[in-house]
Amino acid sequence: MSLSSKDVAKVGSLARLALTEDDLERMTGELSKIIDFVSQLGELDTSAVEPLAHPLDTRNVFRDDEPAPSLTTEQALASAPRHDGSCFLVPAVLGESGAA
Amino acid sequence: MQLFERSATEIVHAVQSGDISAVECVTTFLDRIDRLDGKVNAFLAVNRERALAQAADIDTRRAAGKPIGPLAGLPVAVKDALCTTDFPTTCASKMLAGYRPPYDAEVVARLRRADAVIVGKTNMDEFAMGGSNENSAFGPVHNPWDLSRAPGGSSGGSAACVAADMAPVAIGSDTGGSIRQPAGLCGITGFKPTYGRVSRRGLVAFASSLDQVGPMARSAADCALIMESIAGHDPGDATSLTDAVPSYSQLLNEPLAGLRIGRVAEHYGPGLDPEVARGVDEAFAVFKAAGATVHDVELPHAKYGIPTYYLIAPCEASSNLARYDGAHYGVRAELGKGVRAELGGVVPAQLGKGVRAQLGGVVPAQLGKGAGAEYVGSFESPLVEMYCRSRAEGFGPEVKRRIMLGTYALSAGYYDAFYAKALRVRRLIQQDFLEAFKKVDLIAGPVSPTPAFPLGEKTGDPLAMYLVDMYTVGTNLAGIGGISFPCGFTKGGLPIGFQLQGPALAETLLLRSADRFQRLTDWHRRRPPLSV
Repeated sequence: MSLSSKDVAKVGSLARLALTEDDLERMTGELSKIIDFVSQLGELDTSAVEPLAHPLDTRNVFRDDEPAPSLTTEQALASAPRHDGSCFLVPAVLGESGAA
Repeated sequence: MQLFERSATEIVHAVQSGDISAVECVTTFLDRIDRLDGKVNAFLAVNRERALAQAADIDTRRAAGKPIGPLAGLPVAVKDALCTTDFPTTCASKMLAGYRPPYDAEVVARLRRADAVIVGKTNMDEFAMGGSNENSAFGPVHNPWDLSRAPGGSSGGSAACVAADMAPVAIGSDTGGSIRQPAGLCGITGFKPTYGRVSRRGLVAFASSLDQVGPMARSAADCALIMESIAGHDPGDATSLTDAVPSYSQLLNEPLAGLRIGRVAEHYGPGLDPEVARGVDEAFAVFKAAGATVHDVELPHAKYGIPTYYLIAPCEASSNLARYDGAHYGVRAELGKGVRAELGGVVPAQLGKGVRAQLGGVVPAQLGKGAGAEYVGSFESPLVEMYCRSRAEGFGPEVKRRIMLGTYALSAGYYDAFYAKALRVRRLIQQDFLEAFKKVDLIAGPVSPTPAFPLGEKTGDPLAMYLVDMYTVGTNLAGIGGISFPCGFTKGGLPIGFQLQGPALAETLLLRSADRFQRLTDWHRRRPPLSV
C-alpha cells in the first residue's frame, strides 16, 4: 500500500499542518513505508477479538457537583499569544477564503 | 565515598540525621551540573537560587525542630514533560519554548510536599516521541558512557543526569519504553509503574492510554523510596488507581525463593545483539542463584507490539496535540499584513529564529494568497491558516510524522483497517501477558536489542528508530509495570540493560526482585569515566 502526495496533502489539511513541497515529498515516502510496516497486523484474524482502547476497566468517574477554585482569567490568558484581557484573540474565523 | 556517589536513600538519611545539610547536598549536585552538563546536555533549565533557597528552608526547619518531609533535601531532576510553575515546561519543543504552566503536575506537587528539591528540568525527545533524545529542539543528550552515543529516549536527559551523578534521582515518563530504554542504555535503574499507579495530571499528554510517570535512579531501592512519595490516587486524574500504596522500601527484604521468572523465546529473535543476549543470560543465572526458577513462556503476539504501538500512540497523539493551535499558549505563526491589520497592527507572537528565517523577512501582501506561498494548498480562513502555520513552525519532524500518521489512521475509510485493528491486536497482546502470568510471577529479558548506538545512526530511518522499543512497548499496551537495570557491560564498555515485567500492581515484587539482583551484583554502582 502506498500513499500518494495527494493523500498526504489531504491528511496535512485534516491535521492542520501546513506542508511545504519538501515536506510533502519526504512524508509521502516515509508514511508509505510506515503504513506498509504496520499493515502486517492484517495477517492476524481478529474478527472475534474485542478492541482494547484502554488497559483499565474503563468506567466513568464522577465528582461531586460543587464549585471549587479554578484558574483565574489572568492565569488562563498568561501564555496566550494574543488576548484583550478577557478573551483569546485569533484571526478572522470566517474571513476571506484562499484560492480554494 | 563522595557525597554525589551516595544513594538517594543514604542522602535522605544523612539530611534527616543532620550529617549533611540540605544546602550542602543540593550545592554538590548543582556544581556537578555546572561542571558536566556542557558535555551531556541533560538539562533544559536549572534554577540554582531557588533550589538553594528551598534547601536553606529545609535546614532552618530542621534546626528549629520542625518536621521535614521524607525526601527532605534530596535533589530531583524532572523531565520537561511535567508541568512546573517555577521552571519553563517545553517538552523540548519550539512549540512550547518558554512556556510557564499555571500549575504543578501532581507528581511535582507531591515531590515538593515531601521536601525534595527540584534542581532542573531534563532534556527529552520532543513531546516524548523518540528513542534517542535526538528529536529535542534543544539539541541531543550525550550518553555519559560514550559522548558520541545516544542516551536513549525519550527520557534521555533524566537517564543521563543520573548516570553522570548530576542528580541522584530523576522523574521520567514512559509511553512505550521511555523510562526503561534510556535507563538501560545509560546503566541506571528505571521503573515504569502499572498504568494509573502514578498520577498523570500535569504530564503533558502524548498517548493517554499508555503514558505513565515513574522514577529513574541508581538503584531499585531508590526507586522504591521515590514511589512511596509519588504513587497513589489523585482525584485530578480519572484514570488514577485507588488502591492503597504499600511501603515499598519496607518490603524489599523478603527473599526471592520460589519466585518464578519467565524467559520469553520471542525475545531472542532477529536484531538482538549477541553481547546483550549474553549479559541477559548471565542475569538469569544470578536470579537462579538467588532462589528463583526460570521457565520458558510464550508471548506469541510480541512481534506485533511495534506495529500496534505505532498505530495507537500516533492516533492518540494526533488528538492530544490538537490543543497546540497558536491561540491559547505556545507559538503562533506570523501571518503577515492581513492579520496584523486585523489585530490592530500588533505583531502577534514572539517567534523563534527558525520561524523568522523560514519566512525570510518577507511580509506577504494578502492573507490566504501570498501568505502561504511556501506551503502547498490553500487555507479555508485566516484562522485555519494561523493554525496550520503555527503547527508547521512549532513542531519538529518526528512530531509532525506521528500527527500525520495518527490523523491518517483515524480518517474516514481507514479507521477500521488501522486504529480499530490495532486495538484488537492490543487485546491479544494483553491476553498473552495474562496467560504468561498464570505460569510465572515475572517476565524477564533484554530492555533493548542493542547497547547505546551512535548519535545520528538512526535519524534518517524512522522505522529503524521505532524498533529500539521492541521489548518495552508490550508493557504499556498491556498497562502493566516494568523495571530496567544494568546487568553487565559490553567489551566496549557500554551498559547492558535487563528488564523485568510484572502483572498489574506488582510494584512491590518488581522492586524487590530488582533490589535483590542489585544486592548480589555491582553493575548499578559502576560510574561512567566522565564522572570520575
